[in-house]
Amino acid sequence: MMSLISGHPILPVIWACIMAFVILAYVTLDGFDLGVGMLFPVAPDPHDRDVMVNTIAPVWDGNETWLVLGGSGLYGAFPAAYSVILPSIYPLVILMLMGLIFRGVAFEFRFRAIEAQRHWWDWSFFGGSVIAAFCQGAILGALIQGTKVVNFQFAGGSFDWLTPFTIFCGFAVVLGYALLGASWLLWRTTGTLHAKMQRHTFILGIVMLAMLAIVSLWTGLLNANFMHRWFAWPGILASAAAPILSVVLAVIFFRGLAHDHAGEHDRVPFFCALGWFVLGFLGLGYSIFPMIVPPSLDIWQAASVHSSQVFLLVGAVVMIPLILGYNAMSYYIFRGKIEPGAHYH
Amino acid sequence: MSAAAAAPALAVLLARGQFGFTIAFHILFPAFSIGLASYLAVLEVLWLITGREAYMAAFRYWLKIFSVGFAMGVVSGLVMAYEIGANWSGYSFKAGPILGPLLAWETLTAFFLEAGFLGIMIFGLERVGKKLHMFATSMVAIGTLISATWILMANSWMQTPVGFAIGKNGEFVPTDWLAICFNPSFPFRWVHMVIAAYMSVAFVVGAVGAFHLLRDRRNEVARLMFSMAMWMAALGMPVQILAGDAQGRNTLEYQPAKIAAMEGDFTTQAGQPLVLFGLPNVAKARNDYEIAIPKIGSMILTHSLDGSVKGLDAFPKKDWPAVFVTFWAFRVMVGMGMLMFLLGLVSLWLRFRRRLFDTPLFHRAAMVMGPAGFICILAGWTTTETGRQPWTVYGVLRTADSVAPVTVHMLLFSCILIVAIYTVVFGAGIRYLLAMMANPPSLSEAPPANDPPQRTQGITPGPAGGEGKRHETRPGGTFGVPAE
Repeated sequence: MMSLISGHPILPVIWACIMAFVILAYVTLDGFDLGVGMLFPVAPDPHDRDVMVNTIAPVWDGNETWLVLGGSGLYGAFPAAYSVILPSIYPLVILMLMGLIFRGVAFEFRFRAIEAQRHWWDWSFFGGSVIAAFCQGAILGALIQGTKVVNFQFAGGSFDWLTPFTIFCGFAVVLGYALLGASWLLWRTTGTLHAKMQRHTFILGIVMLAMLAIVSLWTGLLNANFMHRWFAWPGILASAAAPILSVVLAVIFFRGLAHDHAGEHDRVPFFCALGWFVLGFLGLGYSIFPMIVPPSLDIWQAASVHSSQVFLLVGAVVMIPLILGYNAMSYYIFRGKIEPGAHYH
Repeated sequence: MSAAAAAPALAVLLARGQFGFTIAFHILFPAFSIGLASYLAVLEVLWLITGREAYMAAFRYWLKIFSVGFAMGVVSGLVMAYEIGANWSGYSFKAGPILGPLLAWETLTAFFLEAGFLGIMIFGLERVGKKLHMFATSMVAIGTLISATWILMANSWMQTPVGFAIGKNGEFVPTDWLAICFNPSFPFRWVHMVIAAYMSVAFVVGAVGAFHLLRDRRNEVARLMFSMAMWMAALGMPVQILAGDAQGRNTLEYQPAKIAAMEGDFTTQAGQPLVLFGLPNVAKARNDYEIAIPKIGSMILTHSLDGSVKGLDAFPKKDWPAVFVTFWAFRVMVGMGMLMFLLGLVSLWLRFRRRLFDTPLFHRAAMVMGPAGFICILAGWTTTETGRQPWTVYGVLRTADSVAPVTVHMLLFSCILIVAIYTVVFGAGIRYLLAMMANPPSLSEAPPANDPPQRTQGITPGPAGGEGKRHETRPGGTFGVPAE
């Protein structure tokens, strides 16, 4: 690893780590928000839906802000990557944003609409969540697949991203977020909704593990050099850690699910599911480093000028811990199970 | 040159149209949030100091409206964060080293602050103490102002670029961050925009107060809103006119071509007239059907009747802004602003006569003027942005060299989709906002509808047990029992 970066400036490496953290923060936080939206069809009862929305209402906005930081941070630290990636996946970005609009306003509009219109916003909440998640998965797939770059400009076609692999990645992320959503609700609800989520968490957990395995293998088959990095000695020691830890988490996950009553163990599956996401993400980072737009741009080519990265680093170093602090405070204030029977008007 | 230089004219037009549409929609919500967050903070402080229930009732009333407007600001703003790279990659690559960090700083210092405390502000009235709640409201208000600061730094730098050099790939390399942040037009724009946001909200609050006064003149909360809004209009509008004048003179110094287009001055002369009406005709380089007052144009801009002001003939035609749009957008803004100023003056006179709450005709006028501030904001931004053309970064980077290598078909697809979705979603949102504003405010103002239920830590058996349901006292004691 060190041999890769020796002789190169360190600042872009630091920024690559910060951006990786930001994207991971987004995926783990907004992932369960989007997942809650996807589970609307399995919870047709309006009271259940209100409870589901209320588990995330106070925090969703803060979670989504990590996506804004993903965009603006990438622009600030790696403008070349930002300017290449976005045109290369243009339709996916537009669709993702439109999905997030439908889902974001539904939080408020559901409660403002007259009863007859409410189901429209329920659909908007569900559909927006699914579309946004699918696009995020497909974008990830398109990046892994590779992007054609000439002279710091995207030089491919409008639909280069559209392959079976990216479509599969889209579905994988949809189901992965649904698992995060179900396990979050398992932790934060009671009664019939809780029992229902126990079932869904179990099924989605199995699906997620399968998806994780398939995407990993497919990624390896697409890129011989990834394969090479995984299985070369001594790298194999690091790359073997991900599957082994995933299996360990799976054991904990299913044991945590095997309880009939609500209690402390309700949070276990959620954190295991987060763990799978973190492992998958670290595995991906390990595979593509030091590329930021594989196979064309590495982090040094895409890096902004030194003074821009320094100027922004000050902000990141001071602000990100603070942000994590008051986000945590928000979660603490709104902790505990959400009961049905809130008063609505 | 980059691939973007060869972008077809239609692609540039579509990208510009899309940006104009999305940013125009977006700016309404942040402007509303900037003004309303400060207003809410003021209401809460006044309530804490005086204990007067009408303040709390007004706070709760506008808090619900704030939460809906804010959500629309968040999602429409998310579009902006990605649209710059998707549609304007030529620009985002070259200007990235300067604009990227400014926008990222905005996210780090403003958006997270707003989002982090918004939940407590909206849902926390019954969960946290008065002091922490007040703190949360203040943090949201401060967050909106910090956001305005960074975004105006970024836009002002595009208007008056300083503190940079050109790098090896044609990108702008920052050489002096302090100069970039506090570029020559930034202070003027910041003051002008923040006051504009405050005025917009004052006129909305005034219109809502007036609407309910027309129905019930004794409604204490409506009287309070109306009175506060009219104070704000009366005191704020003169300041705003001065701020606008100062910004105009700053623009004359740094972007004389923009001023020439705003004023409809095609020829350079001492003692420019003030064109009241005209149809700028770029082909003939004159205004058709012009009605003008001699020398007053120079008076306003140079504060002397015979001051020389450059006309468009001082610049090559390829560097002319979009004259017609700039000229008329400016007139809409100034005309509206004058009407707003007048409404404030009349309110002072009525207040002096003790007839502020008893003049239905004036209430109708205040209602009609509800959207005036927003119209001014849109017209003002149109003026400054079309007046900046044909440049994205003034005098350095042309708009035609800024677009992304996205096909016209893709741009067309996204334009149609965005216009359709914005119309449906934000159309519905604005309808909900208006419906909420049509509800009369009352002293037993209920909490926001989607208030999560009370804490229920103690319901679940297990280690967390033992902590029974706490009795939460509502701030201010009794605020009406929520309707079932």
